[in-house]
Amino acid sequence: MSPVLFELLIRSIWETVLMTGASGLISLVFGLPLGLALVATDRGGIAESLWVNRALAAVINGFRSVPFIILLVALIPVTRLIVGTSIGTWAAIVPLSIAATPYYARIAEVSLREVDHGLIEAARAMGGNRWTIIREVLVPEALPGIVAGFTVTLVTLAGASAMAGAIGAGGLGDLAIRYGYQRFETSVMVAVVIVLIILVCGIQWAGDRLVARLDRR
Amino acid sequence: MNQHVTAEVADPAHSPPADREDVVRLVDLKRRFGATPALDGVSLAVRKGEILGIIGRSGAGKSTLIRCLNGLERPDTGEVVIEGREIGRLGERELQPLRRRIGMIFQHFNLLSAKTVEDNVALPLKIEGRPRAERLARATELLELVGLSEKAKAYPAALSGGQKQRVGIARALAARPALLLSDEATSALDPETTRSILALLKDINRRLGLTILLITHEMEVIRSIADRVAVIDAGRIVEEGPVWSVFADPRSEITRSLLGGIRPQLPDEIASRLAPAGGGETILRIDVAGEAARGPLLSDLATAVPGPFRLVHGGIDHVQQQPVGTLFLAVPGNDAKHLLEVIAFLKTREARVEVLGHVAGSV
Repeated sequence: MSPVLFELLIRSIWETVLMTGASGLISLVFGLPLGLALVATDRGGIAESLWVNRALAAVINGFRSVPFIILLVALIPVTRLIVGTSIGTWAAIVPLSIAATPYYARIAEVSLREVDHGLIEAARAMGGNRWTIIREVLVPEALPGIVAGFTVTLVTLAGASAMAGAIGAGGLGDLAIRYGYQRFETSVMVAVVIVLIILVCGIQWAGDRLVARLDRR
Repeated sequence: MNQHVTAEVADPAHSPPADREDVVRLVDLKRRFGATPALDGVSLAVRKGEILGIIGRSGAGKSTLIRCLNGLERPDTGEVVIEGREIGRLGERELQPLRRRIGMIFQHFNLLSAKTVEDNVALPLKIEGRPRAERLARATELLELVGLSEKAKAYPAALSGGQKQRVGIARALAARPALLLSDEATSALDPETTRSILALLKDINRRLGLTILLITHEMEVIRSIADRVAVIDAGRIVEEGPVWSVFADPRSEITRSLLGGIRPQLPDEIASRLAPAGGGETILRIDVAGEAARGPLLSDLATAVPGPFRLVHGGIDHVQQQPVGTLFLAVPGNDAKHLLEVIAFLKTREARVEVLGHVAGSV
């Protein structure tokens, strides 16, 4: 592999890490409260409100049913509004975050729903309010699942970011398509695949380690 | 025009006299789930410092009842008065400070797995907004009380069932409640652990003067620690009184059936041969309690009414330091006069006598 290509590879790794990390963080910040809202407003939840629950679920399902490559293009006006441009790595972070947030919200919802109802009842019996229940019971008890779900989301994002090449975001997927596939640079293709495997394994390993440390059950 | 309404208000059964010593007073509680009534007019008082046991089969309404006391469940109609305050119409926010006056322990302990034992115990104080140092000091004190000081930094997953319930008890006591609710607290524990948990509850009741209301489906639990018992069936209180007197003289069928497991019963091989009439031996069931059970009942019977009789089964039990006995006697022969004399003598000793039937030949 030529030094030029090697430099491209390093830059692409950084772009992929940036897109995955930034959109992952954003989806965590917005997805977790969204997941909490889904559980809390559901029947028998701590803030039961079926109307709100259905509206949230409809919006989430709507975003989740649009294929990412279409979302990427459809969100161009929104991206331009937020980042100021519709092309490049930072521009890709907007659609990636918007796609990953409802995805992560659903994953967090599953973990939060699994928290034993008896624990919520115990907190209520102690005189705890909703905020107490969220802070002391729901989130800490579901934390291993919340972290494991975040790991899954990051890995999914690393894959989805490959499509971001369509709007000139760069990244490993883009490199593999343009050099490895279209220019028959097999060494680039192999290098990209190896880097992606290491990246995904690294994310998974770190996530699993963290879950093991958090899980007291 | 308002006659009906007036009559209801005046009904003493529906409005027991306000007693300052009552920690809890329930008046005509009703709660339905769909078409089935879970509570169908429950009136009950819990006196300060007592242990009141509520017993019933599953689905009798026990859980709904205990949850009404801290507002986890709302009755459809009726009053829940805690320390003189009606809580039925309070909103969730107003209920929260009140719930801190009521500790609760659960069948499945409900400890937070992500918190250490001491943080679990300190949680009610954290909810109250107490400073960390005070919370930990109180947790240490309570863990000592329940005998788990060395487990303070452990996580619940590392504890046995009995230890978990001790943590649950410590946690329930953290905010110095006026009332402790126990929801089948020993039902998931083995008999030996159950005994030690019940002994702990009794000890806390005595040492701290804490009022305890417990629900259970096991008479053994009632017998070991309760002062008074209320029997609930199909959403109604069918019987209520001091434990020993309910044990000695159960009025309702459901109470007798719940007592079945721990009170002497006529052995099956005799019961199956029992006939309403015929020769052989007459089987009597004799229930005695209190003073009557303390005296030399059987030897006095032998002296007063000469003639043979045999003790088939039974014995004297002690409930709340009161002797409560059930004896099954076989009186041989067909001499009706002799039998009547035996019964008449026993009745002079305040025993309740029931002729169960006759068994042909020797028992």
